[in-house]
Amino acid sequence: MNELQFLTWVRGPGLDIAVGIFVLGVLWRLFEIYSLGRKKDLAAPRHAAGASGLHTVFRRSIPPPGGVKRSPVSYIGGYIFHIGLAIVVFGFAPHILLIKNLTGLSWPGLPSQFIDLAAVVTMAAMVVVLVDRINKPVKRFLSTFGDWFTWTVTFLPVLTGWLAVQHLLLPYTTMLALHILSVEILLIVLPFTKLFHAFTLFGSRWYNGKVNGQRGVPV
Amino acid sequence: MSASLEKGINALKQVIDAPIASYFNSCVHCGLCADACLFYTETGDPKYTPIHKLEPLRRVYEQEYTLLGRLKKVVGLSKPVTDDELDQWQSLVYDSCTMCGRCSMVCPVGNDIVYMVRKFREGMAASGHVPDGIKGATQRTVEIGGPMGLKWPAVANVIRKAEEATGLAIPVDKEGADYLVLLSSMEIVNFPEYLEALAKIFSKAGISFTLASDAFEATNAGIQIGNSDIAKVIVSRIVDAAEKLKVKNVLSPECGHAYMAIRWEGPNLIGRPFTFNVVHVLELLDELRLKGVLKMKSTFKEPLILHDPCQIVRRGGVLQAAEPLIQQVADNYIPIVDKQKWNWCCGGGGGASAIHTDEAEALRAKVFQVKKRQIEEAGVSTMVTFCANCRIVMEEGVDHYEMDTKLLGLTELLAEHLED
Repeated sequence: MNELQFLTWVRGPGLDIAVGIFVLGVLWRLFEIYSLGRKKDLAAPRHAAGASGLHTVFRRSIPPPGGVKRSPVSYIGGYIFHIGLAIVVFGFAPHILLIKNLTGLSWPGLPSQFIDLAAVVTMAAMVVVLVDRINKPVKRFLSTFGDWFTWTVTFLPVLTGWLAVQHLLLPYTTMLALHILSVEILLIVLPFTKLFHAFTLFGSRWYNGKVNGQRGVPV
Repeated sequence: MSASLEKGINALKQVIDAPIASYFNSCVHCGLCADACLFYTETGDPKYTPIHKLEPLRRVYEQEYTLLGRLKKVVGLSKPVTDDELDQWQSLVYDSCTMCGRCSMVCPVGNDIVYMVRKFREGMAASGHVPDGIKGATQRTVEIGGPMGLKWPAVANVIRKAEEATGLAIPVDKEGADYLVLLSSMEIVNFPEYLEALAKIFSKAGISFTLASDAFEATNAGIQIGNSDIAKVIVSRIVDAAEKLKVKNVLSPECGHAYMAIRWEGPNLIGRPFTFNVVHVLELLDELRLKGVLKMKSTFKEPLILHDPCQIVRRGGVLQAAEPLIQQVADNYIPIVDKQKWNWCCGGGGGASAIHTDEAEALRAKVFQVKKRQIEEAGVSTMVTFCANCRIVMEEGVDHYEMDTKLLGLTELLAEHLED
């Protein structure tokens, strides 16, 4: 298989397989989790302003009082790489074109210099949070193979994408093919690793807000 | 009740629900929950990270309720939860978790970690991995009536003394009263003034009340140990008495876990809503304050801070009552930084204070440093709280560090300064 054949494969059958596993995987995992259901709370509710599932879905995006001061790397690094990823994934014109081809949805892209900058900042933030995971006793203690693995599969698409655009290291065609392949790996593993928090975090926040909201506590 | 690993695992399988599944799938191992837990902040030991305390529950979830986990189990790739492991986890789930719920406030993905600890304890209890102290308290509650082994004659004695001290009648088993008053053993033994205080306040407000000779104990060791069957037996005593006496309200004492047990877990344990309201004594007092019934003849002059008990405030939802009440009676109330739903636990809730091993007691003394700092930073020598258990635990802490801090119960403080 030469470079062009490789690229053709990852753009065609490879992408179909990855998107298929991703979509089915997400649907299955959501079903597997939320079909477990829960018991109705029979205690008479206490109503309080700001205490509900929906409130908590939004409120948890804001750090708790003193949180940033206690764990600056987790919060600031976390914000930067999540926002950075969103900018790079959804703001880069070629990505939008791909999404348009897949779904028909489209929106204006951001300037490519800005995407470049966002990619570099995102990678830097990811490296910083990785170092923090190695250095901080609590994070290192909690870390499993899954944590290092998911960091890698999230980092590689950004790195290969940036290298491809910059025409660095490998010929453009090869790097582009590697970039698409790395995204496909990310899509395949997402439903089955901690990366699935991208979907379940809304449910988790909602349950927490709901259970405590029943007692009149805005959490 | 015979316990076994099999029963424990079955209990865990039963308690796992959609919220727990969602929580475990959302955790990204960020470790931010550690910062919210006094057992971590005061020791610096990562093993006290709240989410880590649930590791056996997580594995049971993964192995039983996920496709990938079941596959791994079939091919022998997963590590089954063992008796030895649960034994190791006992100190993490009981000695070093007071179910204060502070971790549930900070998790960025929204995990309600304390919700899971409560459920995990069901499996720990069913598999027999429970500290002797809590086991004993639970047994005494089931067999005798209260966690401290107190029987009705002792309560009757306290009632008689309170009647003598106040000159007011304290009714027992009176039908149709506005309030059925519950007590906690801790109060009966250590702070009998609570009942005197209530009698005075009720008389002043013209509210009728009664005690029930077959349901005076409000605490529920079944919930602390994590056994819903026992918790149901204990809470049913109160429900039966309240319905037999046809009271409109049941008054939960200051005690935090008692309030959690009767107000929030109670209806879920018996499987139906209550026919009466459950009111925390501070809610009632605040209502009386707003009505202007709670008039003070004098005030407390010394500067003081407030300790908000976790189960009443953060987990119970009585968020606003204490502050205006303390301001009513104290001239120099100093609000602390982490107050109300952000308050730090006394270190002995959730049954922890019933564990008397050397390790547990040393750990409790260690984590009390968070309260010590709050007291020292405010520069006060008085701390007021509204949970008899918090008070005892913190008195032990104060003694341990040879501090000159005085601990007061809010209801008593109010009663002492109440207009005659």
